[in-house]
Amino acid sequence: MSTIVELTGVNKLYGTNHVVKDLNIKVDEGEFLTLLGSSGCGKTTTLRMIAGFEEPTTGSIKVEGESIEEKEPFERNVNTVFQTYALFPHKTIFDNIAYGLKMKKVPKAEIRERVLEMMEMVQLTGFENRYPSQLSGGQKQRVAIARALINRPRVLLLDEPLGALDLKLRKQMQLELKRLQKKLNITFIYVTHDQEEALTMSDRIAIMHDGVVDQLSTPTEIYEHPATRFVATFIGETNIYDGCVTSVHEGVATVTLENGAVKVKCDDSFSILEYATVSVRPEKMRFDSKMHEGFELVAVVKDYVYVGSVLKCIVSLPNGNELKIERLAGQELPQIGSRIYPYWEPEDGVLIHNDSYKIFKALDEIKLA
Amino acid sequence: MAGKTTKHELKSNTVPAMVTVGPVALLLLFLVVAPLIFVAVMSFCETDEFYNVVYSFTAENYAKLVSPEYIKIYAQSLLIAFITTVLCVLIGYPFAYIIARTKSKKKQLLYMLVIIPFWTNSLIRIYGWRTFLGSSGWLNKLLVFLNITPEPLDLLYKTGTTVLGMVYCFIPFMVLPLYTAIEKLDTSLLEASGDLGAKPLNTLIEVILPLTSGGIFSGCIMVFIPCLGYFFVSNILGGGNTDMIGNLIERQFKSANNWPLGAALSIILIIVTLILVKIYQKLGGDMDSLGV
Repeated sequence: MSTIVELTGVNKLYGTNHVVKDLNIKVDEGEFLTLLGSSGCGKTTTLRMIAGFEEPTTGSIKVEGESIEEKEPFERNVNTVFQTYALFPHKTIFDNIAYGLKMKKVPKAEIRERVLEMMEMVQLTGFENRYPSQLSGGQKQRVAIARALINRPRVLLLDEPLGALDLKLRKQMQLELKRLQKKLNITFIYVTHDQEEALTMSDRIAIMHDGVVDQLSTPTEIYEHPATRFVATFIGETNIYDGCVTSVHEGVATVTLENGAVKVKCDDSFSILEYATVSVRPEKMRFDSKMHEGFELVAVVKDYVYVGSVLKCIVSLPNGNELKIERLAGQELPQIGSRIYPYWEPEDGVLIHNDSYKIFKALDEIKLA
Repeated sequence: MAGKTTKHELKSNTVPAMVTVGPVALLLLFLVVAPLIFVAVMSFCETDEFYNVVYSFTAENYAKLVSPEYIKIYAQSLLIAFITTVLCVLIGYPFAYIIARTKSKKKQLLYMLVIIPFWTNSLIRIYGWRTFLGSSGWLNKLLVFLNITPEPLDLLYKTGTTVLGMVYCFIPFMVLPLYTAIEKLDTSLLEASGDLGAKPLNTLIEVILPLTSGGIFSGCIMVFIPCLGYFFVSNILGGGNTDMIGNLIERQFKSANNWPLGAALSIILIIVTLILVKIYQKLGGDMDSLGV
């Protein structure tokens, strides 16, 4: 697969506000890439730089191998679907969708044919002569998508396109967008703060945090092997333990936490006495009435939460930290207040380098010097 | 039920309309309606040999108004007002656009530049222009000093001078409604237009102008109508060579001392104004932005 969009060392500063920090992303042709992060993480700014509405302070952006910094938005072969739809209120739906072709001076007959075909694709046939103000949110959204797609862009940029829709419509549009993307084989770069949306739709997700991409990987990889503590807590629910690696033996590390030692699978990059974080998803957590080999955690059952398909058990550790454990099918429920011993299979946990560890290490080196 | 009671309570707690609207209505009655009726009545009166108004009923005044020399002045008024309006749009639009799209502190400064002239009486400012443009004025002094012309140019008392003064007087009335309309324009629409392949000029024609047409329209009305009646600009800068309807009216009330004829002229001007406002309304113009 060839690279269609490439960001190299992209930085963006507004005054002294460093919004996007040294971004390096390669987007493959035909893929659905999502920039995921909470508001203010720099994801929209990144998208706007690719669209040409903002210029990177430093770094380069290439589309189809061509540097595009010098090109104005109207010269770029990318199109954008705006968060607010940005439909032209004084133009009919037909004229809105036809706008891009009209600007390219496509013959009228061809415009008509392509607009009607596109309207059929987004299920808007019969709405040609209406105005945007006469449409519902979902319909406006379809117009915005049709208006961008009719130009047959190589890359489509979508800035939280479903943000203003209600949950049910959003779910439906998610599937429709994905279907359109596969059908037309256009590269989608999608910005959202909704992790579920990102997990459902994307081929790959770039998780942004404070202007930095923390992890760029497939949804499964991100969920099962979060690269940073932030990613682990941001995506899905998890139990987080900060501790110190006390031994590494045959790919399994023993990590000593405030409440006792635990075991977790790890790779070669971890060394003894390193500060690290253990992340274990609630569905991977187990508990028993007796202590398991290598796990010294003791907890007290505090509450049960019923969330539809599963029952979650909230337990509390001696230091007050709470853990969430999903009950296994048919497992006997201990009474609230009773003592249990949480554990997990070492390969079900994820060991993550703790950033603060690097700081401690750097401080140590300064002291030694 | 609850809604009904609140409504009822509200009504009983509201000060009667007589007290709130009454004084304003009374004021308007004495200061606007009564004088208008007076003007209308007078337009049908006659004068005796000592120029005193004689109350009678005659349509003679209106008959006089269709004489060719008056019609020439109407045409000239409309022409000057039209040129002024066009120039105000051409100069005012870019200026309003820049103010509306400036994000920094400069915006306040630019906005003030439009407002500040209002703090000085327009009569004084027009006299200022006469001094500036006169044969011994600064402009001519500068032109002679720079050897651009050997002798001072004759700049005053021309149609162009009147138009210059009019444009100068009315440009804020054009800029302000335009500014409001452009300010409201959603930036993402301009971005969308560019994103879809429109060059800046196309974006201007396809998106910016249609979406700010309301502002252009209001501005035109705000300039065109008062322009017809601004007699002192053509008096001072046009020196009587570029008479407008306003000048005719002024002359009837002052030097000619023929109040009934002046009143008839005023009525004509009012009717023209009402027709223009009606057209504006018919075409979907927003009355609020005219301040009516």
